[in-house]
Amino acid sequence: MIMTNSQKPIGLYLHIPFCKGKCPYCDFYSVAPQKGVTDSYVAALCKKIDEENRVYDTVYFGGGTPSLLGADNVALILSHIRRTPDCEVTLECNPSDTGGINSVFDFEKAAKGGVNRISLGLQSADNSERKSLGRRGGCDDVKRAIARAKAAGIENVSLDLMLGIPNQTKESLLNSVEFCKNSGATHVSAYILKIEEGTFFHKKRESLALPDDDETSELYLAAVNALEEAGFIQYEISNFAKSGFESRHNLKYWHCEEYLGIGAAAHSFADGKRFYYERNIDGFINGKPPVDDGEGGDEEEYIMLALRLSEGLIFKNFENRYGKKVPDCILKKADFLQKHNLVAVDGKRIALTKQGFLLSNAVICELLANYG
Amino acid sequence: MAVSKDKIRNFCIIAHIDHGKSTLADRLLEKTKSVALREMTAKLLDKMDLERERGITIKAHAVKLNYLAEDGEEYILNLIDTPGHVDFNYEVSRSLAACEGAVLIVDASQGVEAQTLANTYLALDHNLEIVPVINKIDLPSAEPDRVAAEVEEVIGLDCMDAPRVSAKTGANIEQVLESIVKNVPAPEANDDLPPRALIFDSVYDSYKGVIVYVRVKEGKIKPGDTMRMMATGAEFTIVETGYMRATLPEPCDELTAGEVGYITASIKTVSDARVGDTVTIAENPASEPLPGYRKVNPMVFCGVYPADGADYENLRDALEKLQLNDAALTYEPETSGALGFGFRCGFLGLLHLEIIQERLEREYDLDLVTTIPSVVYKIHLTDGSMVEIDNPTHYPDPAHIDFCEEPFTDAHIYSPAEYVGAIMDLCQERRGIFKNMDYITPDRVDIHYELPLNEIIYDFFDSLKSRTRGYASFDYEISDYRRSNLVKLDVLLNGDLIDALSFIIHNDKARGKSRKIAEKLKDNIPRQMFEIPIQVAIGGKVIARETVKAMRKDVLAKCYGGDITRKKKLLEKQKEGKKRMRHFGTVEVPQEAFMAVLKLDDND
Repeated sequence: MIMTNSQKPIGLYLHIPFCKGKCPYCDFYSVAPQKGVTDSYVAALCKKIDEENRVYDTVYFGGGTPSLLGADNVALILSHIRRTPDCEVTLECNPSDTGGINSVFDFEKAAKGGVNRISLGLQSADNSERKSLGRRGGCDDVKRAIARAKAAGIENVSLDLMLGIPNQTKESLLNSVEFCKNSGATHVSAYILKIEEGTFFHKKRESLALPDDDETSELYLAAVNALEEAGFIQYEISNFAKSGFESRHNLKYWHCEEYLGIGAAAHSFADGKRFYYERNIDGFINGKPPVDDGEGGDEEEYIMLALRLSEGLIFKNFENRYGKKVPDCILKKADFLQKHNLVAVDGKRIALTKQGFLLSNAVICELLANYG
Repeated sequence: MAVSKDKIRNFCIIAHIDHGKSTLADRLLEKTKSVALREMTAKLLDKMDLERERGITIKAHAVKLNYLAEDGEEYILNLIDTPGHVDFNYEVSRSLAACEGAVLIVDASQGVEAQTLANTYLALDHNLEIVPVINKIDLPSAEPDRVAAEVEEVIGLDCMDAPRVSAKTGANIEQVLESIVKNVPAPEANDDLPPRALIFDSVYDSYKGVIVYVRVKEGKIKPGDTMRMMATGAEFTIVETGYMRATLPEPCDELTAGEVGYITASIKTVSDARVGDTVTIAENPASEPLPGYRKVNPMVFCGVYPADGADYENLRDALEKLQLNDAALTYEPETSGALGFGFRCGFLGLLHLEIIQERLEREYDLDLVTTIPSVVYKIHLTDGSMVEIDNPTHYPDPAHIDFCEEPFTDAHIYSPAEYVGAIMDLCQERRGIFKNMDYITPDRVDIHYELPLNEIIYDFFDSLKSRTRGYASFDYEISDYRRSNLVKLDVLLNGDLIDALSFIIHNDKARGKSRKIAEKLKDNIPRQMFEIPIQVAIGGKVIARETVKAMRKDVLAKCYGGDITRKKKLLEKQKEGKKRMRHFGTVEVPQEAFMAVLKLDDND
């Protein structure tokens, strides 16, 4: 085997840009699946993986709807991926495709192929809220999907929750958290709904009964508290996990570590460079090379990402990586922000408080205002 | 080419704004074939874009015309176009002093207006022969007979033979020229006396230095002579003398008594050749200067700051260049905690201020923040001394103030009678003291008020226009200083004083104004990471307060592989936005919030 500089394991992200339907809030790249296209796409992924010939310690099938590929294809792709023994392999699954009464998704096969973590889009335990988000299936599908995965030996289950859904109340949100608690999930991602340009929600945003910023903030803080009470500890602005079940793959992003993204619309940070494939399935299938997106991993980027984590910016890690101390101008700003209870500073780190997380764009900007 | 002095006519054109002064001037140029038709652009004499746009003549212009009259003789007509605004009253008076006659234009539909009267009286003060002209007879609403009668009645001028013209269509323009030739007296001129020439304008030219426009009263002036400015004592060797033609200057061997022309002498700045000063010749000096010179003092002051601090040097260069051509503009560096480095500038009035501001923005491409205009207050201290304050920042500790004085004006408002109520309301709001009211005609009035200058430098004219649907006209002059109950308002954000927003105001108005300022700031300062108290205070006492609530949410919930570049760009954008903010201690205030407070007017 040829030894390359790629022997240090990194993360691998695979974008599966197929969805049966487009959710009205979603701006990820996806198209309706067509048999021939899906096969060519899978073949192109495998080919690219072979060419890269790297070793990975995390793999993440994101989408789109990766479960649409079917367990056979997932296993086929995984067979091309060189993995470390403890590699974390996550598959995003649609609850109705994998937990529906008539669903034929083969978790056994997927697990055998290497999948050891799934992520399910619950969004809300309130079926009318799910409907307003355009989600197929109901809570029962989620429950069944979890049960089937666990039966196949996949113990690590993440659920997505959404905050700030039209007509959402604090009560309905707490019910959703309660659902997560009782579901056997090990991890929860709780995102504040963002109305992205180009989505259906954006088009009719005026008529949506969206909670305002104050209400959304209340929802967020309520979710954080309830999740922590339920044993899901916050480790990032939107991410919560039972101890030891933090997403290792996603932590790579926030720790500013390298990962390779393969597939249309997949982004990479590898060998110091950022690059991405265009949002174009045919282009990817036909071997169109990725687009250069500049250098990655500078100090500012590192700080900006680290501050998203509950552990915050750990001075020692920064010093080890960049061979210098965290600049004074940042520490000074941190002292000021601490007075307003937006960050917590001690001799080891700067970390945003929960209030700080809600204002993280402004807080991070303020911390970095005099830097660079 | 020596022309007999009895064939010279020196005249100016006076009119209320918009009555067609520049258009008539253009017609005169055309009729005397001073300009080829193809060179005519509308309003040739208004050289600055700004003048054309606003329809106001800002600088005096002069031009020599040759006219073959009906009597078969050729006449030299020197037309001196005067500035058209009260801010430039002194310059107007100097232009008038250079003439023997004045063409008074009255709009055939508008009739006599504030500046019609003001300018006429000014012209009569200078013993000028007035040549009335009824203009705009082409308008459907024109009533030349009624307006002629009004001029006779109000001003007492015989309008029987007044030319009725349309400067726009060119109708009857010869009559104006004939009337000038017949009615304006030739100059009394003696070439043998020691030279004295009145400077009625000076313009900076980057090739020739200052071009000094003069009316020679006595004696002769020629290149090689040493010219001496009798007020400033400055001396220069004359390089060139000549006549102003419509398109190009025409050098000449000498300027003699009675003539109007220009002198260049490598003069570096117009402040060395001030309007109103007398030029004599050092080799044969006159003993007394011509009467009437005074140094024009700025009446209105404000801070002018570059929106981007990096433009400070550019702003200074621009002011320096403008001052070359504008002796009435003053500036000195000042520093504001809120706005950084800038200049305290002095202006003749609000129009002058606006013109300078616009020229800085347009001609020098500067983005500016200007503070609230201020007048000059006299503050008498308890120790018996007196300080003059044109900047609220220098307002003394109230504990040391015995009493304050502010400048007052004598103001006349001319309006159709139906708006008397609205006008009196406005003047009352502006602390005006009613003097009297005259009916000029059965349906037109002259309302005489004494108004504090600080109440009219800001937005008075706009309010007057809007309350009288544009029909009222307004003229004022500074009269005296009067004792007044003044206070200084301070604005504090998060407890920090924002010096650029401080201003001096009459005590009776302080509360209302304070509330408005606090509200405006609240509406225009975006929520920030923490609550921001807004306070408006007099001395230590807060009289209005508002709070900008803390921002609740500014978060990018998702940030994974593909979002990192996006998040980085967002951060850069946010940092950029921060840089554009004005920083006051820990509070960030967008430029717009500033402007909103500075532009606070009656309608807010």
